[in-house]
Amino acid sequence: MSTVSVRDVTVAFESVQVFDGLSLDIQEGEFIVLLGPSGCGKSTLLNAIAGLLDVAEGQIWINGKNVTWEEPKDRGIAMVFQSYALYPRMNVRENMSFGLKMAKTPRPEIEKRVAKAAELLQITPLLDRRPDQLSGGQRQRVAIGRALVRDAAVFLFDEPLSNLDAKLRNELRIEIKRLHARLGKTTMVYVTHDQIEAMTLADRIVVMKEQKIQQIGTPDEIYHRPANLFVAGFVGSPQMNFIKGRLENTGEGLSFLVGNRRLSLSGYPFIVAPSSGQDVVLGVRPEHLEISSTGIWPGFTVDIVEPMGADTVIWCSDTVGSVQVRTSGSRRPTPGESLTLQLDPTQVSLFAADSGERL
Amino acid sequence: MSTVVPQGRRPQHLTIGRIGVYAFLVTAALFFLLPLWIMVVTSLKPMEEIRLGNILALPSAMTFEAWAKAWSSACTGLECNGISVGFWNSMRILIPSVILSIMAGAINGYALSFWRVKGANLMFGVLLLGAFIPYQVFLYPLVRIFSLSGIYNSLTCIVLVHVIFGLPTMTLLFRNYYAGLPIELFKAARIDGGGFWSIFFRVILPMSTPILVVATILQVTGIWNDFIFGLTFAGRENLPMTVQLNNIVNSTQGERAYNVDMAATMLAALVPLVVYFVSGRWFVRGIAAGAVKG
Repeated sequence: MSTVSVRDVTVAFESVQVFDGLSLDIQEGEFIVLLGPSGCGKSTLLNAIAGLLDVAEGQIWINGKNVTWEEPKDRGIAMVFQSYALYPRMNVRENMSFGLKMAKTPRPEIEKRVAKAAELLQITPLLDRRPDQLSGGQRQRVAIGRALVRDAAVFLFDEPLSNLDAKLRNELRIEIKRLHARLGKTTMVYVTHDQIEAMTLADRIVVMKEQKIQQIGTPDEIYHRPANLFVAGFVGSPQMNFIKGRLENTGEGLSFLVGNRRLSLSGYPFIVAPSSGQDVVLGVRPEHLEISSTGIWPGFTVDIVEPMGADTVIWCSDTVGSVQVRTSGSRRPTPGESLTLQLDPTQVSLFAADSGERL
Repeated sequence: MSTVVPQGRRPQHLTIGRIGVYAFLVTAALFFLLPLWIMVVTSLKPMEEIRLGNILALPSAMTFEAWAKAWSSACTGLECNGISVGFWNSMRILIPSVILSIMAGAINGYALSFWRVKGANLMFGVLLLGAFIPYQVFLYPLVRIFSLSGIYNSLTCIVLVHVIFGLPTMTLLFRNYYAGLPIELFKAARIDGGGFWSIFFRVILPMSTPILVVATILQVTGIWNDFIFGLTFAGRENLPMTVQLNNIVNSTQGERAYNVDMAATMLAALVPLVVYFVSGRWFVRGIAAGAVKG
């Protein structure tokens, strides 16, 4: 059974349509990440699910109930915001119990739930402090705690870690993942533009661009079998290499051709029947390019070497264009050196040059 | 060639230009303080001394007689009860007017910036337009409306007038301040189940201290200094201090009592003065807080 179901939803700001007939089903207990560049509509979608934004058309179902016209508080959701949105004149305890007080929960019950959430998030010593006496990481913990006490079936996160520094972001990311595992059947919908967060947290990622869903899939699917050029380019750092060329039938099956280089595609799992002579874009992850003296593509010159500790990124080029190669950290070629690259046709992605869709 | 190695704090030089600037500032300050000085010294002199004409001189025989007279026995037309009557009238007008107009402005600003009411921008525009139309245009129609509804010449009437005419500025002030608060706070409160009033009183109002101070200062001084509304709408029983002051200064029998006039004027100016001195720091801070975003 799905806990959150967005059915043909259209959202319009004044006369501008933001979404047009968008649908999405989220299973119970699932961790869904909405990923996309800013302005892609991911936060708008989250606000529509929360009921903070009226939909113009379509329905929103939560826990088997049509909540399209319900107030946010009646939807069984909790939400965590990027700016924490803690009430500045209340202390942590009051912040966490505000929603329960509004719902007229009996006092002992409020105290029990606040204590439990505070313990889970290790913020018990902070309960009597005011938000301005807390650090960024502590504030976000409190914000998560405020969501926790609501005992909601669905948690909505709107870029909760974007205001934190890198180290805290990593810590809290792991904590959120742990929390999801510990809560068991709680569904989480998480909006971010950070692909690392998306890859590490999600059961399924929804990649969005220009108010449209580009691909829905597990992190593995998104990473290894991107549905189009946008997804391929947006997910992964350093970015996937794109090489423009065309397909040609060479007796022993289809091959990819660019300049005088070719790559036999005998093992490539086509999902759309290709035609010979078609213009295509070959996508290769930097880590799938291998430096090997027995490689099939010789004649690349090293431009720049970026040592990153655990691995090294090598920018190299030939007459056709430039590619990035990710290799182990110990390998440090010098600029100007000539390299031969090896690549495996089963690990590449092919896209139609005109539509950008995966072949 | 200078042999001094630049190091640490840059040395400060007192240049001729700077001395000129300070001289100008001090002169300007003295110039603007002069009227206050004359008022204070005149109010402390007996009439015999004033007749001598040395208006800048300190009183040789200091007396608070003029102040006492101004407060309790100066004549405002036929009655001779001093300006104290006007003081208490002004207070009775001021307190409800300030509280009600600020509350109305705060609620308006809150609704306009957070609840996205349909036609909110149009409503706000019309409200602001009202602030630019001269008051005199409203006087006659308002007098007719109030006399038809039977509340003309009463405390209710004058308070209502102050609330109505305070709305545009108060709404503008609060709307701009609230526009600067993060909208996510409001969203969080809605998810927590707050309604229109509970979000306003429990979340938004507690965060409004700086702008409340600004609004209070603006309204206290504005309403205290009002003359024309008080004269037109308050009725004989409730004439505010400003009107009483005018009556004292203008109704002279025989010799003009300059010392009493000065004392009465300063008594009338006391409330706004106190408000400025007490809250000047807050005032500047709040103005800035309200002005940054909007």
